[in-house]
Amino acid sequence: MNGKYLYSLLAVIVLSLVAYVGTALLRLQVFFGVIVPYLAMLVFVAMFAYRMLVWSRSPVPFRIPTTAGQAKSLPWIQRNRFDSPFTKWEVVVRMALEILTFRSLFRNTRMQLKEDGRIAYDLELWLWLFAITFHYAFFVVLLRHLRFFLEPVPYAVQLLGTVDTFLQIGTPVISMSSFALAGAVLVLFLRRVYLPHLRFISLAADYFPLFLIFGIAFTGIYMRYITKIDVTAAKALTYGLVSFHLPAVADMQAISPIFYVHLFFVSVLLAYFPFSKLMHLGGVFLSPTRNLPNNTRAVRHVNPWNYPVKVHTYDEYEDDFRDKMIEAGLPVEKKE
Amino acid sequence: MNDKGKIIAGVIIFIALVTFPFWYSMGKAAPKPEPVLTPQALEAKACVRDKVWINANHMQLLNEWRDAVVRDGERVYVNLEGKEFNMSLSNTCLDCHSNKAEFCDRCHNYAAVSPYCWDCHIDNPKETK
Repeated sequence: MNGKYLYSLLAVIVLSLVAYVGTALLRLQVFFGVIVPYLAMLVFVAMFAYRMLVWSRSPVPFRIPTTAGQAKSLPWIQRNRFDSPFTKWEVVVRMALEILTFRSLFRNTRMQLKEDGRIAYDLELWLWLFAITFHYAFFVVLLRHLRFFLEPVPYAVQLLGTVDTFLQIGTPVISMSSFALAGAVLVLFLRRVYLPHLRFISLAADYFPLFLIFGIAFTGIYMRYITKIDVTAAKALTYGLVSFHLPAVADMQAISPIFYVHLFFVSVLLAYFPFSKLMHLGGVFLSPTRNLPNNTRAVRHVNPWNYPVKVHTYDEYEDDFRDKMIEAGLPVEKKE
Repeated sequence: MNDKGKIIAGVIIFIALVTFPFWYSMGKAAPKPEPVLTPQALEAKACVRDKVWINANHMQLLNEWRDAVVRDGERVYVNLEGKEFNMSLSNTCLDCHSNKAEFCDRCHNYAAVSPYCWDCHIDNPKETK
């Protein structure tokens, strides 16, 4: 047993109990359904922007890209455009591949000692597989939730729903994204627990978002497939939040407490987001080892805030001592 | 040197995307839709189960009915009060609720669900049995 994940798990359980007791017993639907989501959204947007602006002040004087291919060199040397980009557009392609396909993670290798005593570096793709499953499943879940925040629901959102549920299992039809999300989060958690070298470096800040996102996925799945909630009443509240036309308090209180646990988890995730490692959503765009062109041999990058150093060149030195140097028989650049 | 301008532009785009539902709604109200009951449904007073339960669970009930009828040939549903119903979307549900556009579609469109029940039962065809 490890305190780091126990405390995170305990925190998520306490959060769920707070929302459940707060709505089921204390009837604080207005607090959990209106005030907390608005505050969370405000904290998310304001603090996200603030942290990005703090980062934007960081100086980037030199090109420090890490390359994984031949740089642009002599014309007859074949180069790798996207692993060692030279122009802006090559950088854009490299960044797009990084952000959309997690290329750095795909290069993950594991060092192993083979039976005959030799070292081998094998491709290790499990982390990449579950990471990309997790991110895209979460993205699809997020986009599909737009049906609760937009009215009329745009065709694109409905089309995404049709694709996501095309297996047509049961009613409500199983959406693949929800189970992919919960499954991937579970694997990403078990990986931290079962691999000793990962358990060693995992902190509570690593476990907490995993538990929280699993809680969100679980309450969502629970509401959709196991105990049903009044979906139109839920949409009346969620759409009411974005249109500032809230339903009556009695209507809010008619929605199952599970819905408020789900909403509270999402609010906590939003408010926690800008203060956590989840800020890599914005940070990935600012990776200096990925978003800079590898052009240091073609373009001179002068540090713009170099201190103006007072220099004394050789020419000036010779001007000062020419006569003495000639007298002593030392070679000089200019005779007179 | 830094890329302040580009980063600020990116942050503004991000905020615009995140707050998109607020712009899209433009403060336009869209309250919970009220399905219209036909005179026949009003006269019957009670549904197969109570209204709140049906509201949340009708899709699951229909799924169970479909499995019972199609796979087991079981066509009689006994509800909690002991009343018997023919397990049939067309002959039982749509018999009272014959106004699909004002009854079924209102909530389905609001929640953007398109049940594939209507792939076959779309024109309310009466089953022969």
